[in-house]
Amino acid sequence: MNTEILRTDILIIGGGTAGCWAAITAAEQSDADILICEKAHIRRSGCLAAGVNALNAYITGGKTPQDYVDYAEQDAAGIVRHDLLLSFSERLNSVTEKLERLGLVILKDKDGNYVSRGWRNIKINGENIKPLLADAVSKFPHVTVRNRVCITDLAVKDNRVCGAFGIGIENGTFYVIRANAVLIASGGAAGLYKPNHPGFSRHKMWYPPFNTGAGYAMGIRHGAEMTTFEMRFIALRCKDTIAPTGTLAQGVGAKQINANGEVYEQKYGLTTSERVYGTVCENIEGRGPCCLRTVGITPEQDDSLLKAYLNMAPSQTLKWIERGKMPSEENVGIEGTEPYIVGGHTASGFWVDAGRAATITGLYAAGDAAGGAPQKYVTGALAEGEIAAESMLRFVQENRPAPLDEAEIAAHQAEVTQFLSGDAGSDTTEALEEAMQTVMDTYAGGIGTHYRYSDASLQTADARIRAIEQRTAKLHADDFQSLMYIYELRERLTVCRAVIAHLRARKETRWHCFAEHTDYPQRDDAQWKCYINSRMENGEIRTFRRELTQGGGRNEHPDRP
Amino acid sequence: MSIRIDRDKCIGCGRCGIVCPGTLIHTDADGKAYMKYPKDCWGCTSCLKECPAAAIRFYLGADIGGRGSALHTEKQGDILRWIIEHPDGSVTVIPVNQKESNQY
Ligand SMILES: Cc1cc2nc3c(=O)[nH]c(=O)nc-3n(C[C@H](O)[C@H](O)[C@H](O)COP(=O)(O)OP(=O)(O)OC[C@H]3O[C@@H](n4cnc5c(N)ncnc54)[C@H](O)[C@@H]3O)c2cc1C
Ligand code: SF4
Ligand code: SF4
Repeated sequence: MNTEILRTDILIIGGGTAGCWAAITAAEQSDADILICEKAHIRRSGCLAAGVNALNAYITGGKTPQDYVDYAEQDAAGIVRHDLLLSFSERLNSVTEKLERLGLVILKDKDGNYVSRGWRNIKINGENIKPLLADAVSKFPHVTVRNRVCITDLAVKDNRVCGAFGIGIENGTFYVIRANAVLIASGGAAGLYKPNHPGFSRHKMWYPPFNTGAGYAMGIRHGAEMTTFEMRFIALRCKDTIAPTGTLAQGVGAKQINANGEVYEQKYGLTTSERVYGTVCENIEGRGPCCLRTVGITPEQDDSLLKAYLNMAPSQTLKWIERGKMPSEENVGIEGTEPYIVGGHTASGFWVDAGRAATITGLYAAGDAAGGAPQKYVTGALAEGEIAAESMLRFVQENRPAPLDEAEIAAHQAEVTQFLSGDAGSDTTEALEEAMQTVMDTYAGGIGTHYRYSDASLQTADARIRAIEQRTAKLHADDFQSLMYIYELRERLTVCRAVIAHLRARKETRWHCFAEHTDYPQRDDAQWKCYINSRMENGEIRTFRRELTQGGGRNEHPDRP
Repeated sequence: MSIRIDRDKCIGCGRCGIVCPGTLIHTDADGKAYMKYPKDCWGCTSCLKECPAAAIRFYLGADIGGRGSALHTEKQGDILRWIIEHPDGSVTVIPVNQKESNQY
């Protein structure tokens, strides 16, 4: 095994949406050394690999960033950080204009204004959005990109980040990275719960199965404060293909209907979680399967839909063509996905200050990794990447890098060697992953229980996840890719423990499906209109409450000025 | 859902393996690409859009209602042609102009 030591001012973990934008911002504003470590290749990695449908967060004429904050707050039933929402909302339009300058195609009317879909959503051709970002990054000589370097842990001493450890999955190298500031931009976590199709198409999921919650897990392990992991995200998606439904609902005005043809959405409410909840209830009560009513749209609309889906979720177009039934002829079936943890849609993630600094000194988080600010989507992730980059530049100017502990390097290297040597035991990474997903599905509110759980079931989930965690020590890897799979499994297990701890802590049901507690089926504002945060201490995840800080302030991070 | 690679068409450029967000496509001893982890495909179609030899086919598994058709792409200037070959030999082509925005 080779070992390579890298040094940088700023390390960015994950060259996705937020990570690329942070690199571009920092490179434009300074001559600091910037290193992106990306487990895949930045040209097509992360959420944007297939392309995106629209820019879901944009402030159209007559609306203000505060309107966006109010919308997100209402959708999350109040559990948001206003300061974080406002600061990214204020940048939504400037990052959009910059994206357009980089080459993104955005639909404009004859007066040159962006054409919107609703008041906070604009129409684009997003198929090549990731290559555009990657090209922009490559323009800066002081940004180094290491593709296929998967970061496995942070190096932290006395609550100060000093760098990170990683593995080169193609070149079989162990990486030691010394850095002054580190940005977690590794996205959210998929693959915790049993997916919609656990067989051959097990990775036909909404969120990228390659975003495994690495950043969350590293932060948790080193005692970073995390927030709102109980607000899971469950997407309402087209059946089988798990393709987005917004294009049908907002694009051609398709309503959610049950098997009797009744529109049921008003009955349950229109927030993101209520749309999933309504579908689940209709199914339980025997009025499923549910659909989006597309029958009756025009052939021209069919044609536009086929193309729109090719630009973001080609499986759906393939399905329509293969079946020989266009959406105008057959309604589109819908279902809820398995739960994900994703801070760009709900509020889970690192607890950060206004500059996106985490509670570990020198550590920052942006995009799906950062908590407190839901409904970020692409442009919000870019805005947060920008804010974090500006803060990191100030940090590296004011602080000298902290030395990396030699004993810690040796311990990480020994761990890698141990997984690669030894014999394969009776457990495989794949088998343990399946076991984890089954436990989460059955006892921590997966698809199998209609997202419901109880105190008793969560207790079982916790015990079983810990038992699986114990068994990972004996896993064996034949090569560096299998080694990455072992680390991914361990990350997921850590995130599972945090999710379970948070679900146990919030003794109410504030968001249907996202956190559906059968022992406490009501929303209880008197007791639970607060954040639930957590911190790992001596290997245990301790949850605690933080008061909601109400609007107005520019910085609601209670511990930092 | 996954992809398959036509070994005879593959010219061994390695581009599919580079872009795959899951590092699922590897190269064999002859320098040809092969799908090492078929069950781990996310269906993003990055690999087919990158392939200069139209050697990669994307298909839906039976578990999600697939019926044996296969998708690939060919690029002509700004036009990305999405080509779907059906089991009966017929073909559907959907050209998408990448300079045009989605209507929805
Ligand atoms: C299928 C899909 C469709 C979407 N459609 C839209 C849309 O139409 N409009 C919209 O506005 N938003 C959309 N979104 C949301 C939006 O794309 C995301 O919220 C946003 O891109 C998240 O950015 P991010 O930087 O946090 O994560 P990502 O862009 O996913 O970046 C994370 C990166 O980290 C890398 N990584 C992960 N772990 C490691 C590790 N251990 N070491 C090194 N690298 C690592 C990953 O490979 C990835 O490149 C969509 C999301 C998905 C999943
Ligand atoms: S479709 Fe995407 S995930 Fe599947 S093999 Fe191709 S590049 Fe990889
Ligand atoms: S991109 Fe196409 S030609 Fe190039 S290696 Fe892959 S399959 Fe072969």
